[in-house]
Amino acid sequence: MSININIQNLSKSFGETIALKEISLDIKPNELFGFIGPDGSGKTTLFRILTSLLLPDSGTATVDGLDAVTDYKKIRKLTGYMPGRFSLYSDLSVEENLNFYASIFNTSLEENYDLIKDIYSRIEPFKKRRVSALSGGMKQKLALSCALIHKPKLLILDEPTTGVDAVSRKEFWELLKNMQEKNITILVSTPYMDEASLCDRIALMQNGNMLAVNRPQQIIDQYERQLFEVKTENMHPLVSDLEKYNREALVYRFGEYVHVSTYNGDEREYVFALQGYLTGKGYDQVIIQKKIPVIEDCFLALMDKSQTL
Amino acid sequence: MWAFVKKEFFHIFRDYRTMVILFGIPVVQVLLFGFAITNDIKDARIAILDYSKDEVTREITNKLVSSNYFLLVDNLESDKQVESEFRKGKIKQVVVFEQGFAKKLEKEGKANVQIILDASEPNTANMLNAYTSGIINSYSLQKIRESSGIPMSISIEPKMLFNPEQKSVYMFVPGVIALLLMLVSAMMTSISITREKELGTMEALLVSPLKPIQIIIGKVTPYVFLSFVNLVVILLLGFFVFDMPVNGSLILLLLESLLFIVMALGLGILISIISKTQQQAMMMSMFALMLPTILLSGFIFPIENMPVPLQWLSHLMPPRWFIIIIKNIMLKGVGIGYFWKETLILVFMTIFFIGMSVKKFKIRLE
Repeated sequence: MSININIQNLSKSFGETIALKEISLDIKPNELFGFIGPDGSGKTTLFRILTSLLLPDSGTATVDGLDAVTDYKKIRKLTGYMPGRFSLYSDLSVEENLNFYASIFNTSLEENYDLIKDIYSRIEPFKKRRVSALSGGMKQKLALSCALIHKPKLLILDEPTTGVDAVSRKEFWELLKNMQEKNITILVSTPYMDEASLCDRIALMQNGNMLAVNRPQQIIDQYERQLFEVKTENMHPLVSDLEKYNREALVYRFGEYVHVSTYNGDEREYVFALQGYLTGKGYDQVIIQKKIPVIEDCFLALMDKSQTL
Repeated sequence: MWAFVKKEFFHIFRDYRTMVILFGIPVVQVLLFGFAITNDIKDARIAILDYSKDEVTREITNKLVSSNYFLLVDNLESDKQVESEFRKGKIKQVVVFEQGFAKKLEKEGKANVQIILDASEPNTANMLNAYTSGIINSYSLQKIRESSGIPMSISIEPKMLFNPEQKSVYMFVPGVIALLLMLVSAMMTSISITREKELGTMEALLVSPLKPIQIIIGKVTPYVFLSFVNLVVILLLGFFVFDMPVNGSLILLLLESLLFIVMALGLGILISIISKTQQQAMMMSMFALMLPTILLSGFIFPIENMPVPLQWLSHLMPPRWFIIIIKNIMLKGVGIGYFWKETLILVFMTIFFIGMSVKKFKIRLE
């Protein structure tokens, strides 16, 4: 039976800096739950409270009904935690790291080989190699193996894909999906918005607040604005010109386009008027299209909303 | 637990810097301190105060000067000059022959030489004394032989100026032992624990079911072992290179050292718990441990010569007690009956530091 997490009115500050503001959240058993947000949004602090490494200022958090403050010993036994900095010993080999983590949890590599076979088999050819000589992707898989070595029921991964190449990132998410099938509740944080859609549910975090908690698709469906992408020959002054055109719109670079997110009513009218404005400004080859938002657009819109409130 | 110790050994043996600090520095230090003391004496500037001015005194003076150890710079006329010459710092030694030296030697078979030394550099003074005495003794032996066995002796009376008790002689080996055990034990453990904090591996250790005491013992055991190896190396170096004797029980010496090592490790752990980074731990060990060890333990400066407040402060320095203990064992060769108090003080300090560490050890990150 995998476990659930209940968080209520959790707050934490470090001196003047508020890391978490009255967070409340329920995570269901066997969920793959993502915390999405930029650096400093409170993801790591939340994870550290859940793993009992930090004490909250106020509010409560329970893991499988166990209080994160008083029952920390029990929580530590059933949690697999992979800190943001891949807590591996770089002067030890792959095998030595894994054996070490197995032994401090009173288990052995052989005993739990089944669980990590999927992951470990990919780095096993390099098991004699020192960690300092591994690539980011390999380090990440090793760190995951170490976090899983004692068969945890809850897996907490703090930015596991940061600093890892795109291929390894994709592979990593597939591994997480496999883990989920083995009845493990998984919490994962990431600054990469594109990874959000791979989670069952996500929380968008900003400055210690949760902007939204929902399924990724529902967050997209709840997008309150209209989104357009704009592309012209000369992209350089485009952002500031678009901002001048429509002061309450949200304008930002997005790949090769500039996204304009606005509340303005009729779509065709808007496109037509904008086209005219840009041509008048001397832009060539103006392309304006309606765009279906992705999580990043939603995040920016929610962030904008929370700031104007 | 064993896995922890094994892992720690891997860290130490794979980091060449650690290895250098662990084994290079002790050897270098012992040799440095050692040779600073056993410096060969060459052309030491001396003066002669000869009240007798006869055959024998001239002969002895020639022997001294021709030995190449001494350089005669002045012939003094009265003992009033002695002090002022020393104050000027021109000379290191004055050899005084009493009045009617040759006559006395002939009639009574006995005459007196006084050697006055500048003991503000006690080691040099001691060496000069030994060399001068040696030369005069060999002269008198030679005389006895020549005069076919008529017994005669020149009695030599050394007088140390400025530091009559010569407190720092033979201090260096005990002092270096204390210093190095402190360095290796306290500094290395504190660094190795804070390194885990810096690398973020401490987070992973904390969320594991390991108890604080297990983490501490796991971190510390290898250093107990290595410090012990170090101790043996220093003792061997002291014995073979500098003829430093171990007059008392070797086993007792090793046991007392083990106690001191554990104490230093306790202190190291405490430092590592308080400090956040390796840098900080290093500075703390330097200022909180190394300097007091060198300055306040009586290693270099005799405690009796310190101002009273510093004397009080020196009571808090563990090396002070340890140095007394090992000096007693190595030089005086006495048993535990003579220094059980000092041992007890170290035991209390050990319990205090380890107790504090276990208590202060944070099961969380802040």
